Amino acid sequence: MKHTLSVLVENTPGALSRITGLFSGRAFNIESLNVAATLDPSLSHLTLVTRGDEFIIEQIIKQLRRLVDVFKVVDVSEGEFVEREMSLIKVRAEEQSRAEILRICDIFRCKVVDVSPKSYTLEVTGPESKLKAVIELLRPIGIKEIIRTGTIAIMREKKTM
Amino acid sequence: MAKMTGKQMVVEALKRESVDVIFGFPGGAIIDFYDTLEKDGTIKHVLVRHEQGAAHAADGYARASGKVGVCVATSGPGATNTVTGIATASLDSVPIVVFTGQVPTALIGNDAFQEVDIVGITRPCTKHNYLVKDVKDLPQVLKEAFYIARSGRPGPVLVDLPKDVQNGKAEFDYPQEIKLRSYNPVIEPHGKQVERAYRLIEKAKRPVIYAGGGIIISNAHKELRALAKAMHIPVTMTLMGLGGFPGTHELSLGMLGMHGTYCANMAMANSDLIIAIGARFDDRVTGKIEAFAPLAKIIHLDIDPTSIQKNVKVDVPIVGDCKRVLKKLLDAAKDGGRPAEAWMDQHQAWLQQLDAWKKRHPLTYKEEPGVIKPQNVIEKLYEMTKGRAIITTEVGQNQMWTAQFYKFDEPRTLLTSGGLGTMGYGFPAAIGAQMAFPDKLVVDVAGDGSIQMNIQEMATAMEQRLPVKIVILNNQFLGMVRQWQELFYDRRYAATEFEMTPDFVKLAEAYGAKGFRATKPEEVDGVLSKGLEAEGLAIMEFAIAREEGVFPMVPAGKATTEMLLV
Ligand SMILES: Cc1cc2nc3c(=O)[nH]c(=O)nc-3n(C[C@H](O)[C@H](O)[C@H](O)COP(=O)(O)OP(=O)(O)OC[C@H]3O[C@@H](n4cnc5c(N)ncnc54)[C@H](O)[C@@H]3O)c2cc1C
Ligand SMILES: Cc1ncc(C[n+]2csc(CCOP(=O)(O)OP(=O)(O)O)c2C)c(N)n1
Ligand SMILES: [Mg+2]
Repeated sequence: MKHTLSVLVENTPGALSRITGLFSGRAFNIESLNVAATLDPSLSHLTLVTRGDEFIIEQIIKQLRRLVDVFKVVDVSEGEFVEREMSLIKVRAEEQSRAEILRICDIFRCKVVDVSPKSYTLEVTGPESKLKAVIELLRPIGIKEIIRTGTIAIMREKKTM
Repeated sequence: MAKMTGKQMVVEALKRESVDVIFGFPGGAIIDFYDTLEKDGTIKHVLVRHEQGAAHAADGYARASGKVGVCVATSGPGATNTVTGIATASLDSVPIVVFTGQVPTALIGNDAFQEVDIVGITRPCTKHNYLVKDVKDLPQVLKEAFYIARSGRPGPVLVDLPKDVQNGKAEFDYPQEIKLRSYNPVIEPHGKQVERAYRLIEKAKRPVIYAGGGIIISNAHKELRALAKAMHIPVTMTLMGLGGFPGTHELSLGMLGMHGTYCANMAMANSDLIIAIGARFDDRVTGKIEAFAPLAKIIHLDIDPTSIQKNVKVDVPIVGDCKRVLKKLLDAAKDGGRPAEAWMDQHQAWLQQLDAWKKRHPLTYKEEPGVIKPQNVIEKLYEMTKGRAIITTEVGQNQMWTAQFYKFDEPRTLLTSGGLGTMGYGFPAAIGAQMAFPDKLVVDVAGDGSIQMNIQEMATAMEQRLPVKIVILNNQFLGMVRQWQELFYDRRYAATEFEMTPDFVKLAEAYGAKGFRATKPEEVDGVLSKGLEAEGLAIMEFAIAREEGVFPMVPAGKATTEMLLV
């Protein structure tokens, strides 16, 4: 099962390598990893997508919490959450395919962020499934390069009555 | 506040943490610290002969005393030499703090002379580590290092000290108390979980306590004794738990696992309730995991949540310090108000069954005329020391025979590398233990292979006038590996036979120590008494039956009931 973990960690040198080292050292897998600053400059936030059965996920969470630098770990995929990934896609844009690309762009609310005589670069944002769909549609036209951010996720505000 | 140099801060922190002895070896990157240590003159320094020895000695000091052990090394090769010692301490949860010198901050990353990224190298085998880049951070780091090493599940902490940090100046504001938002070990157990555990214990007909190193780490041996006695529950111990419950107690089943007793392994396999206390379900204990304790519910007490449910599914997990948990369980028993006879009645059939297993296959060995049996040497060592020595071991058959035939009644009397299984651990650990307890008898039980891995520390022990005793069980083999080859590799003894071993008696003499050798059974007593009574460091070498095996043995990957017996 795929799990999306949200991890708050002390913003100290070495904290990130402790986390990636934990995954490689204990043979856990990382599907994607995203790191950035938070509002509190002393903490960094990581979104980590991993796979495993319930025992492995339990171990991963406990092992992360055991690291002295790790402040908080939440399995956001346990509850309701919103996830997004962004991707920059450079696609071959010849005379005859330009209109098609723009139509796909329109349907999926992508943005064209760069244009050259032979290519368009698109910015796509959304859940992983949407990115997949866009990529599938663009593939026959000719994708030259894709750069993806990996998933970020946030829990939904608890609904109150 | 007066300013202080980094090197002074380290010395000052050692004093505040009541460190009276440190083990180390100098070099260019740590020379400044050494200079300050010398000028200060209040902290005893033991100069080892190899940095691995320093780390193991700090570890032995810590295991024997329960205090934090400290060692020091220079940058580069000095630092890398400590790594085996750090990993050894890490796997057995031993609190040590390791200080390493480092090249000046401006040179870090330049492949400078004797530069190595020791913080990177030791990240996976320390509990935590630090590269101090600014002397202003040093007081906080020093406080954290000791706090993290000794609290929660203890472990090694490394502090890397660049030369300019040692010489830089800042205010020394050493925190009294420390609180880290990201590190809060759980000490107090959850009341509800303790209640749930008690209710399972009340119902169990065939309970077993499976006690591990956590009992010794948390000094919970008294509580464990009280609990076992109050509820009439038998106790088996891991290698690391030996001494946590008296080996001579009628409720003791001895060690369990790969080389555990027949009775202990049968008890686990037939139990309906396993109460695991400070133990981590290591594969040497569980054997084939699918066949492990098939009939039992499991209660697991541990301070480290990652130990729980790591290898086996647990019915009642309790996170907390086992001393606290045991106290609460005892309270629950008191509140339960069940009289002692009721517990006895409930477990009577079970205890009788265990007794029958004990009698059917006790720990034993075959005598052979004219040949010294290693088990017999350990039995005699036990008798002559009245079970009161601090015993360290090397790794291999010597270690297992010691675990089986020396009956440990008190905690912190067996110091052995269980998790990493580090040959060469025992002797430097004995030096550390002897530094902690100058008046106690400290004996390293060694194999002829292992002892050669840190033999250079003979000079350290002589220099410090430490009366450590070394018992070498000499089979001229890497015996434990040979045993596997005998059993599972058609007796192909690939690279396990020594065609040359030094003359250990002469070797002892070369260091200025005493050496004794027994080659016949009738010499065993004499050599032991001469060696144990000798003044100062002594080696007692026993030429033992060369192809003696350690039994019972559960072949790796087999169920623990599939024991090979004597
Ligand atoms: C050649 C060889 C053969 C071996 N054969 C055997 C064998 O037959 N049988 C055997 O048992 N072992 C054997 N071992 C040792 C084995 O490898 C493990 O080291 C050992 O089983 C682990 O012991 P433990 O479960 O008590 O855990 P330890 O490594 O002692 O871990 C302690 C546990 O207690 C917890 N803890 C720490 N502090 C506290 C506290 N304050 N409160 C609560 N919990 C705490 C920790 O989190 C950890 O889970 C052998 C080793 C070697 C080298
Ligand atoms: C540093 C290290 N290297 C290798 C091993 C693998 N090993 C485990 S036991 C053993 C044999 C030890 O021989 P010896 O010290 O003579 O003890 P014996 O088993 O003969 O009593 C070896 C090589 C180890 N545990 N540690
Ligand atoms: Mg040997």
